[in-house]
Amino acid sequence: MSRNNSNESGNKQQEQGRKRRNTEIYLLIYVFVFLMLGVMGHLVYFQQTQRETTINNSYNTRQELLASQNIRGKILSADGEILAQTLVDAQGNETREYPYKELFAHVVGYSTKGKTGVESLGNINLLTSNAFIGEKIQNEIDSTKNYGDSIVTTLNVKLQQTAYDALGVYSGAILVTEAKTGKVLAMVSKPDYDPNQIAQIWEQVINDEKSSVLVNRATQGLYPPGSTFKIVTSLEYFRENGGDVSGYSYQCNGSYRSGQDKISCYHGTSHGSVDFKKSFEKSCNSSYVNIGLSLDLNKLSKTAEELYFNKELPTTLLSGKSSYVLTASDETYDIMQTSIGQGKTQITPLHLNMLTQAIANGGQMMKPYVIDRVENYKGTLIKQYSKSAAGEIMSTEESAFLTELMTGVVERGTASKLSGLSYTAAGKTGSAEFNGVKEDSHAWFTGFAPADDPEICVTIIVEGAGSGGDYAVPIAKRIFDAYFLE
Amino acid sequence: MAHVISDLSKYALVIIMAVYTLECFAVFRHKDEEKRSGIYMRQIICMFLIHFIGFAAICLETSDASYIILYGIQQILLFATIALFRVIYPEANKLIVNNMCMLLSIGFVELTRLSYDKSIRQLKIVAASLVIGLVIPYLISKFAFLRNLTWIYGGIGIAALGTVLIFGAVTHGAKISYSIGGFAFQPSEFIKIVFVFFVAGMLAKAKDFVHILIASGAAALHVIILVGSKDLGSALIYFVVYVSMVFVATRNYLYLLLGVGSGALASVLAYRLFAHVRVRVLAFRDPFGYIDTAGYQIAQSLFAIGTGGWFGMGIYQGQPTAIPFVEEDSIFSAIAEEWGLLFALCLILVCLSCFLMFMNIATKQKDDFYRLVAVGIGVTYIFQIFLTIGGGTRFIPLTGVTLPLVSYGGSSVLSTIIMFAIIEGLYVVRYKEGVWNEQE
Repeated sequence: MSRNNSNESGNKQQEQGRKRRNTEIYLLIYVFVFLMLGVMGHLVYFQQTQRETTINNSYNTRQELLASQNIRGKILSADGEILAQTLVDAQGNETREYPYKELFAHVVGYSTKGKTGVESLGNINLLTSNAFIGEKIQNEIDSTKNYGDSIVTTLNVKLQQTAYDALGVYSGAILVTEAKTGKVLAMVSKPDYDPNQIAQIWEQVINDEKSSVLVNRATQGLYPPGSTFKIVTSLEYFRENGGDVSGYSYQCNGSYRSGQDKISCYHGTSHGSVDFKKSFEKSCNSSYVNIGLSLDLNKLSKTAEELYFNKELPTTLLSGKSSYVLTASDETYDIMQTSIGQGKTQITPLHLNMLTQAIANGGQMMKPYVIDRVENYKGTLIKQYSKSAAGEIMSTEESAFLTELMTGVVERGTASKLSGLSYTAAGKTGSAEFNGVKEDSHAWFTGFAPADDPEICVTIIVEGAGSGGDYAVPIAKRIFDAYFLE
Repeated sequence: MAHVISDLSKYALVIIMAVYTLECFAVFRHKDEEKRSGIYMRQIICMFLIHFIGFAAICLETSDASYIILYGIQQILLFATIALFRVIYPEANKLIVNNMCMLLSIGFVELTRLSYDKSIRQLKIVAASLVIGLVIPYLISKFAFLRNLTWIYGGIGIAALGTVLIFGAVTHGAKISYSIGGFAFQPSEFIKIVFVFFVAGMLAKAKDFVHILIASGAAALHVIILVGSKDLGSALIYFVVYVSMVFVATRNYLYLLLGVGSGALASVLAYRLFAHVRVRVLAFRDPFGYIDTAGYQIAQSLFAIGTGGWFGMGIYQGQPTAIPFVEEDSIFSAIAEEWGLLFALCLILVCLSCFLMFMNIATKQKDDFYRLVAVGIGVTYIFQIFLTIGGGTRFIPLTGVTLPLVSYGGSSVLSTIIMFAIIEGLYVVRYKEGVWNEQE
């Protein structure tokens, strides 16, 4: 008995000794098992989150493989109108049809001659079929193709039509987004083209460098921001003065002089004695030059970067990169120009719309998106996309301050054509000079409504039309009317 | 109709593979090999089913029945391997044999799908390797003097690697092979094993600082020659294996720290000194930004894995051949594309269970030399898998090494089978020790 016991304890000791001796081997096992689990976790993560954006790459030739198995799916508006569909004739020839022709040209895009717009963003979804398995097996047996999945966009046909008509014969762009989600409701870019005719007009449009018809000006067009940049200048002044602008006043006599350099107010208008709010409402250039020259340029630079200048915009939409290049070492004239949105600063309408949206949304910038959900061809939900925040680019106080300024612009200032309506709008106009000629200016308006509980954000640029108040604001009114009144 | 069957077959493959993988780990519940016999039988059935379904899909998709002959030969070869190991070495670990055959059969199916010619060549080499593999456990258990040839191993290693450095043929920017009688020979694959024996011999003898210094000098020479040949994947494997073995032999955490530290330093130096290292890192960080050049291979690999999804495209339904060097470096991605990511994840787990069995025998060896050999081979095996799968999935920069037993490559498959056989030899050694102890 006792011998047994000692034997057992001897075994135990041996066992423990063996374990101690092998501590290092166990450690190695843990390390390598951990590494391999890392690889596996990474693969699962990739499959769950990065798969679609990865394989939706034009270099992925597997897309053609999918196209040989499935009929490209439909693209629908938010209310189910067909924006793009593939028709198959009796011989099995496929043609892509865009029933609304030019209306959705840039945002929906085209799928032959390369892919753009939603046709590009959702390419993999359109080419993948989530039809019911039994039906797919039947199709295999009959050797016919499956129907690809449909993409339901966030686009609103009525708003798109209103925006499209309102821009009229002008070149330019209009963006309408939902204030709290970042959903794109309408996106117009002109000049446009008929995507049904893309193969026939291809040679002509790619050789026509001047009008660049294929460029989506709403997301990729780079324009001088003009007076809309005063939003940024004001934000910076607010920040540098501890959130109190009540002490500011300026005597405007129609222009600002600094040595040889002179900046005039629009049409040389003399605004008289202005405080901060009135400077913004009347878009007084002289006063803003005065404000700009008082700012810390390094901080202004930092603020601009925080507002996504010189950066890729947080969106899957193919967008241009806005630029802000002013530094402390630049000439005084450059500083004066930049304060009022002239000079070298450039912005895309999408970017300005996102800034506006953040102001309307208490400082929180939402990522704009145009694909709401993916359904199989029978309408069963496959994947739902939802809103996602890009981050807080300004504080609630700052966004409230800017909202107050922008409301003033509508009530008393350059956008007064929007005042006295059943909804209260807020916004900022701009008349961005280009070609260095005073008379040539792009008309800007960016704003939202209702001011106290914003629903939609509208950004408009009308190329070479004139002042924002005269040419862009009436377009905004038509869009707001269509949204709120009809 | 053929499509439907191969479409459905991919689900069957995933389920069978999952069962096989579960059994791999169920093995660890029992200590007794006899109690594991049911598990091993089920595994063999799963293995043959996967092999069969794979070839059935290939025959259906290509409408070519001649693959049946190839299938038959492979089937006989695998069956013979399992049977012979059981008869000759009843004391050997059967999970290791099963896993070896499983990985080989997955490789057979995928290689046949990718390239018929390469599949035939691979089959010949595998057949020869398995014959060699059957002899090795006997040699290991019989000839104790193998442990005393330390400096001969070292000499062979440096000489062989040095020869490649000076006379080797350049393939894809690296000097890794030379031809003997028309057979492209990749010494770094075999010297891996010789290197493990050399280091084990050195460290089993003495563990004082001077001794470690000498061993480190000789090991460093191996690594430097490999870096000189631009065979960075192998250099990294040799290095990690050496550090692991020193750590286990000395039980000194300082050496581990020193090893990891010098490894980090060497990586930074390599990045600064060699343009091809920087290219690899660049391709790792932004494969899609450099998709036309350095990033092409990783991008294609990710396209394959992503397009395949969880259940895969089905055999012959994807485009794995779009990935450069798919049969050698990226076979994992090809499998993920057509057999599905779930299957591929199971494949990783099967490899992991091999590693656990390798390390298991290390913990049970009384003899220091054998213990270190088992650790060395275990780390060589798992770290290579980490490099090839991690590289192809953009977890780490791509180094271009093979997936043992699955990838195409004569040197790789032969050396891996030798490694598996050595481990089986160690199981035989351990068994004999046990019997001897009991008699005492």
